[in-house]
Amino acid sequence: MQLTEKHKQYWNINLKMSAFLLFLWFVFTFVMGWYARELNEINLIGPLGFYMSAQGSLIIYVAIIWYYAHYMNKLDQEYGVHEGELD
Amino acid sequence: MSQQVTQSQFYANLKRYYSFYTGGFIAFVIVVAILEQLGVPNKILGYIFLFATIMLYAGIGFMSKTADVGEYYVAGRRVPALFNGMATGADWMSAASFIGMAGTLYLSGYDGLAFVLGWTGGYCLVAILLAPYLRKFGQFTIPDFLGARFGGHLPRLIGVIAAITCSFTYVIAQIYGVGIITSRFTGLEFQVGVFVGLAGILVCSFLGGMKAVTWTQVAQYIILIVAYMIPVVWLSVKHTGIPIPQIVAYTHSLPKITALEKEFNDKSTPKGAKEESVRAIFRERAAAADAKLKGLEKDGAAYLTAEKAALVAKLNALKASTDPAPDPKAIEALEKSIKDYPMDAATAKKAWTAEKAVGARAAPVKAHAEPFAVGGKTPEEIEKNRNKAKKNFLALIACLMIGTAALPHILMRYYTTPSVHEARVSVFWGLFCIFLLYFTAPALGILAKYEVYSNLVGTSFSALPAWVSNWSTVDKTLMNIVDINKDGIVQLAEIVIGGDLIVLATPEIAGLPYVISGLVAAGGLAAALSTADGLLLTIANAMSHDLYYKMIDPNASTVRRLAVSKGLLLIVALMAAYVTSLKPGDILFLVGAAFSLAASGFFPALVCGVFWKRANYLGAVLGMASGLGVCAYYMYMTYPFFGVNAPLWWDIAPISAGTFGIPAGFLGIIIGSLISPAPSKEIQEMVDHVRYPSLDGTVSAGSAAH
Repeated sequence: MQLTEKHKQYWNINLKMSAFLLFLWFVFTFVMGWYARELNEINLIGPLGFYMSAQGSLIIYVAIIWYYAHYMNKLDQEYGVHEGELD
Repeated sequence: MSQQVTQSQFYANLKRYYSFYTGGFIAFVIVVAILEQLGVPNKILGYIFLFATIMLYAGIGFMSKTADVGEYYVAGRRVPALFNGMATGADWMSAASFIGMAGTLYLSGYDGLAFVLGWTGGYCLVAILLAPYLRKFGQFTIPDFLGARFGGHLPRLIGVIAAITCSFTYVIAQIYGVGIITSRFTGLEFQVGVFVGLAGILVCSFLGGMKAVTWTQVAQYIILIVAYMIPVVWLSVKHTGIPIPQIVAYTHSLPKITALEKEFNDKSTPKGAKEESVRAIFRERAAAADAKLKGLEKDGAAYLTAEKAALVAKLNALKASTDPAPDPKAIEALEKSIKDYPMDAATAKKAWTAEKAVGARAAPVKAHAEPFAVGGKTPEEIEKNRNKAKKNFLALIACLMIGTAALPHILMRYYTTPSVHEARVSVFWGLFCIFLLYFTAPALGILAKYEVYSNLVGTSFSALPAWVSNWSTVDKTLMNIVDINKDGIVQLAEIVIGGDLIVLATPEIAGLPYVISGLVAAGGLAAALSTADGLLLTIANAMSHDLYYKMIDPNASTVRRLAVSKGLLLIVALMAAYVTSLKPGDILFLVGAAFSLAASGFFPALVCGVFWKRANYLGAVLGMASGLGVCAYYMYMTYPFFGVNAPLWWDIAPISAGTFGIPAGFLGIIIGSLISPAPSKEIQEMVDHVRYPSLDGTVSAGSAAH
């Protein structure tokens, strides 16, 4: 089946959103990990570097996945590529 | 499940069944608790837990028995997001997560968090890069996708090999966990425990394939999460009166641990001085062993004879002395050391090298919350070692994360949801279910450390807490406590704790009755069995579906395909149990190796398959082969077990071999694709088909015929 402009637009938006969320994922994993010692100087709920690796980044991962599912399921509807009703 | 039931009714029914099930399970635990109060011995309680839960899983397996191909391979594609998430959680969390994780964090502090991050963050990759697209593709196995996307038999075959290699490595670690738990809580032999556990796994997957495995995994998730939470919450209440360990650990316990660590390392404080007296003894012992080793190296066997003669002379002198009268204990000790004196140079070297290693126990206490705490003589050396630790920490995280997004037994789960929409949501529920355990484990590590540092250290040897004396008699590798400096008081340097102790002993530390220990054992068993289930099914499916049906006999009837699959399942399970009963090497390395292999073999091909239309047959073959090849080569060359011990590349440890395998895989697929023609129009259309949830407004049912 031939893809329409709208379809291509949908895919581009998906790519951008994916890239953005993966960027967040990267920052809260690798950048955070690299500067863990420096972050430990800050004390919020325990030393921040330790807290982020033990809990903070995990919460962000859950949030990233929730947001992606929510966003994409809405985008499907907008661009008419959603699936029909399940029976 | 008849097709007349609509998806929403089905979902409502499931919720009702599992609510009843959870209630029933709690009632069962209460009954066992009453039995305990009536004086039933602990060993019997252990048996009740073991057999009741295995019977339960077998029962679910039996009720889900099926002869339908779609149900056998992908649970009929009607598992709702929430339940697929719970099944993913159980599939994912293995014996290592349940029993080992908190202990690893207890022992290695911040640096152990690589596992916490690595085993959760990977789901971001699953959610964004793979799950929705695999669901839309809607076949049965991961090699299926490779075969359809890249064409030809070779990509599928490499996929089958990669799936079998990493799943088999991983399943051995699981069955090992099953054996340890059953033998510890029931007193059965390790080998017997392995086969009892295996029976539970097999009844389930044998009869109902993916369908039975899915519904059993949901049941197992409920048991394992309840079993993990109760003792930790209780411990948190015991320390602070607040039942939220995930907050209490950081605000209450961690600052106190940090203060105690400073005290232990400061010789001018009373606690520090006592620690120092123990450390001094370890240093002396290590130095003495070192001197002996040097002597042995210089003079060889002659040194042994001379030393032994010196001991005999000393003994004779002691016996001959009259003023003061010889201490009979000293004589006895000397006689014993003469009797035990190493016979030859090889035994001597082994014994003294081991003795020299106690020097490590003289080291200062490592700060729990400090990342990359390394030693070194000069600031430059410290900086260098720190960079090495940092690099390895991040490399391990990367391998674990990308491995997560490439392990076939996890990816397979996303074929089972009713739609692309549900697949996305189910990754969220999956990570949420995993997160509940993984954000508790670091808190448990801290709470347990607080208990040891503040309550155990400083107590008298004559009044040790019950859990310490119990575990030190059960298993010296888990709890070893000896009064080294003979002052009658416990010092931190006198305690050696095995990682697995933390989760296993938490109920007793928190002062809970034995029934909770039995519950924890049942939880650990659930974690190991559920992961083993998923892995064995992946291996059997790769062989029966991809190898037999797709490549050897495409005309095989449904009955025959299922028969082959079940037969293979049995053979693979027995092989895995046999290999496990030989107790091969290091479990943590096996697990790490599985992740690095999966990451290097699958990830580049899967991601490029969806996101790069130009990727083609030659690219996939080159990419997967080079990824797997480089990864396996690096492990073989550097992991001590294989005995080559080649120098490391950029100081990366062998467990993170994927650091080189993954880029090699991507490089292979890019080069291979660019030097050969673009894939056919049909394949490019298939990529479009996979990228959009629906181009015609219907739900992609997948197909049972393919």
